[in-house]
Amino acid sequence: MGLTGLFLISFLVVHASINACIWFNDGGETFTFYAHFMGTNTIVHFIEAGLFAGLILHIVDGLLLWKQNRDARPVQYAYNNPGKNSTWYSRSMAVLGTLILLFLVIHLYDFWAPNRVEYVTTGEEKDLFQMMQERFESLPIVLLYCAGCFSLFWHLLHGFKSAFQSLGLNHSKYNKAVEVAGIAFSIIVPAVFALMPISMYFHLVH
Amino acid sequence: MNLLLKIWRQKGPNSPGKMVDYPVTDISEDMSFLEMLDVLNDQLVVKGEEPVSFDHDCREGICGMCSLYINGQAHGPERLVTTCQLHMRSFKDGETIYIEPWRAKAFPVVKDLVVDRGAFDRIMNVGGFVSVNTGGAQDANCLPVSKVDADKAFDAATCIGCGACVATCKNSSAMLFVSAKVSQLALLPQGKIEAQERVLNMVEQMDVEGFGNCTNTGACEVECPKGISLENIARMNREYLSAALTGEEKKEITGGF
Ligand code: HEM
Ligand code: SF4
Ligand code: FES
Repeated sequence: MGLTGLFLISFLVVHASINACIWFNDGGETFTFYAHFMGTNTIVHFIEAGLFAGLILHIVDGLLLWKQNRDARPVQYAYNNPGKNSTWYSRSMAVLGTLILLFLVIHLYDFWAPNRVEYVTTGEEKDLFQMMQERFESLPIVLLYCAGCFSLFWHLLHGFKSAFQSLGLNHSKYNKAVEVAGIAFSIIVPAVFALMPISMYFHLVH
Repeated sequence: MNLLLKIWRQKGPNSPGKMVDYPVTDISEDMSFLEMLDVLNDQLVVKGEEPVSFDHDCREGICGMCSLYINGQAHGPERLVTTCQLHMRSFKDGETIYIEPWRAKAFPVVKDLVVDRGAFDRIMNVGGFVSVNTGGAQDANCLPVSKVDADKAFDAATCIGCGACVATCKNSSAMLFVSAKVSQLALLPQGKIEAQERVLNMVEQMDVEGFGNCTNTGACEVECPKGISLENIARMNREYLSAALTGEEKKEITGGF
């Protein structure tokens, strides 16, 4: 879980950085330049395959974990008070992950899949910048993307520091730094993602 | 004070159980929680009813026998106390108190509030020891231990094996207990020799017993009456990772002479 989780986190950094290029307000020129590279480079295609493998591993591992952990307590407490000793999101990683997954399916269907189909069939790429502009005209879609980012925020808020603990990386000198980095990362990355559909909806990106 | 107790009653390991209401009156707030249950049991015996079974032994917070899930928390609402060290002043007059046994597949209910924690013993049997030859004690200076390590090992060794960590964990994971037992030995020179085998065997046994997996919610550390730190779990994860990667493969020991 820890390894695949951190791997997915590394992907988020790349993805967020490239997409943030839309804010250069150059008609998507910089963004398209990098998106084109990511969409057509063979090495990137291999990395992409690795990404999907990592994602699937993360999901399968996560769901297995969830099942085993649920089976470990066949009879529930009549009255339980878990709020006294742990955060709700640390106890809800499987639910948050599933919400992220639902969002991912929609998200891949929106951009990744049509672009891939176009590339394989015609050898050309779609204008992803324009696709974004069109897609984010619709308020429900914008809200859905924000909800996806919101789930990601909670998932990362626990996941980031949890991954370090799972790998045994716990040291009183660095724990505070890991925790602060985790909080900062969980806020910044989902916020950057959420601001994209929002700024497109309000026509702040040209 | 007057209270309404809602207590889990179950005749035997395989009988169905249910929560039963017991009003108790004139409870002194200076009583311990277990003394309050003693009062209830006296009343039940007088009425000719079956008293409530619960585990206890030392009643001074050191043996790890007492084990009640009180109002949704292991060992009740206070921090760093066992059930036997919990006092009725932690409750309000007229309060309803839920009392349940530890809940985990690996801790089957024996009767009422008593659970079988033999799984912990079996984990200890596969590695919670050091193999030292008997004989004349050697000079202590032959085994230098830093004060930091000695303190950490001692802190880990304060685990009394009560099982509150399992009871409170949403996954019924025994990681805090096992990591305390692994750490107390792994930190000291005497324990280093068998460290790799120990962590592999104890973790394997933990899984065999049907405990869940740790997802780092941190609930165990909060509810542990001895304040065992999550640092121990990270240490065990490190030990396990390195032992799994670099440890010798297990050899079957067959035959005698
Ligand atoms: C970009 C997407 C994702 C990222 C960056 C991410 C990241 C992480 C991280 C860092 C952890 C903590 C690992 C540990 O404690 O060792 C974690 C745990 C987990 N993730 Fe994800 N994840 C993502 C998507 C998903 C998806 C789609 C699912 C689908 C079901 C999922 C399910 C889980 C589960 C069940 C855990 C369990 C660990 C726990 O309960 O603490 N995650 N994730
Ligand atoms: S780690 Fe704490 S809660 Fe768990 S068995 Fe030991 S003393 Fe009890
Ligand atoms: S009875 Fe011994 S610790 Fe509570």
